Amino acid sequence: MVKKKKTNIKDDRAMLSPAMKMADLVNLNYHLLGVLSRLGVDLGFGEITVGEACRRHSLNVGSFLLICNVYTYDDYIPSGELLFSGAPADIVKYLHSSHVFYLEHELPELERALEKLVAPCDVKQKLVIDRFFSDYKKEVENHFAYEETVVFPYVETFSRDRREQGYSIEQFEKNHSNIDEKLCDLKNIVMKYLPEVCDTVLRNDVMYHICYLEEDLGKHTLIENNVLIPMMTRIEENETR
Amino acid sequence: MKHGNRVKVLLIIPSRIIARGMEGVFHDLGEFSVEGILTDLSRTSEVRLKNMDVELIVVDPVIFDYASRASGRSRIAEYSDAAVVALQTVPMEDDVWRQYDEMVNLYDLPPVIIKKLRTVLANRSETPKSDSQELSAREKEILVCVAKGMLNKEIADLYNISIYTVITHRKNITRKTGIKTVAGLTVYALLNNLIDANSIE
Repeated sequence: MVKKKKTNIKDDRAMLSPAMKMADLVNLNYHLLGVLSRLGVDLGFGEITVGEACRRHSLNVGSFLLICNVYTYDDYIPSGELLFSGAPADIVKYLHSSHVFYLEHELPELERALEKLVAPCDVKQKLVIDRFFSDYKKEVENHFAYEETVVFPYVETFSRDRREQGYSIEQFEKNHSNIDEKLCDLKNIVMKYLPEVCDTVLRNDVMYHICYLEEDLGKHTLIENNVLIPMMTRIEENETR
Repeated sequence: MKHGNRVKVLLIIPSRIIARGMEGVFHDLGEFSVEGILTDLSRTSEVRLKNMDVELIVVDPVIFDYASRASGRSRIAEYSDAAVVALQTVPMEDDVWRQYDEMVNLYDLPPVIIKKLRTVLANRSETPKSDSQELSAREKEILVCVAKGMLNKEIADLYNISIYTVITHRKNITRKTGIKTVAGLTVYALLNNLIDANSIE
């Protein structure tokens, strides 16, 4: 019997490659499930490789690997080579669908769980928590709206033809605000300060949602800052030359 | 313990020779004891700074690069409540020096240095100290003001304290509760019955 050769995952950063099987990718890091669904890659891919999956879904394999790397390795800084092989349009496609996912799925889920949790609190407490959450939601919506209406169209036009006058990715870099503070506050409030009438199981449920969202938004921001921005900066520099 | 009443000092000085010299100044007097010497503020140093319970820090601002020099004092305040004195080894802009509680010069005589440090510590005892993990009565008062939407300047005027003191209180509140935003502090204040809902509008 042929024994399968064991590869050392931790020591080998070049692990994620077009030749590896899709199934191994998910086995390596199950957080990639969210990434796959946002890119429209459904499960049930059998034994196909990453390269093949990308071909079937007309995704640039460089972009795909960049996103997976950010999700898999905590302090990942993409190599210039990989950045160059990726396509900004794919990154934008990913960022856009993850915005949709947050707004249409994750935030409403969290809101529902939170509502259920604070149901037994008194009216004033419910009111102030409600208001805090809707403020947070508004902040996230505004943050995304800027990217959807200004940054993403800019990247798309740029990759199709030429530079649009009056904007550059540097402006995005400068104005890219933090939206993690309120979520972190909410985590502390739920964990430490909600009254005893709140059920522990429901509280855990809300905590899981918050921690997941916090982590995922963190990766999302890293893809913007460490992938999209340097990618566009490179392209812009080539253009001006 | 022999060291019981000595003021604990931390030196953040990249030059070993200068650090040794400062240590010598303290050693001769016995009033201060040097608990540690850091040569920079790298991540491991930050951890040590956080865990070291010192009352006085002497720092040479050359450890901060040019761009972050003007905010060096607040960077240290993130990790320690100690009084911070700058050591002048090279000329820098006034803004850099102004943020510190006091300055000592490389050419100051030892008695002058000690006198300056004593004054700093005497002034310092009036500003907030926070050993406990629970909010102090003053911190709760300040938190209520923040939750009501008051500005630092307004809070300082109300309690007759400096803006810097208000900021220190606010930092301590955030450190203890983990809550950074005004909106979050408002929720905290209401859940802990420090304010009632009518006063938030």
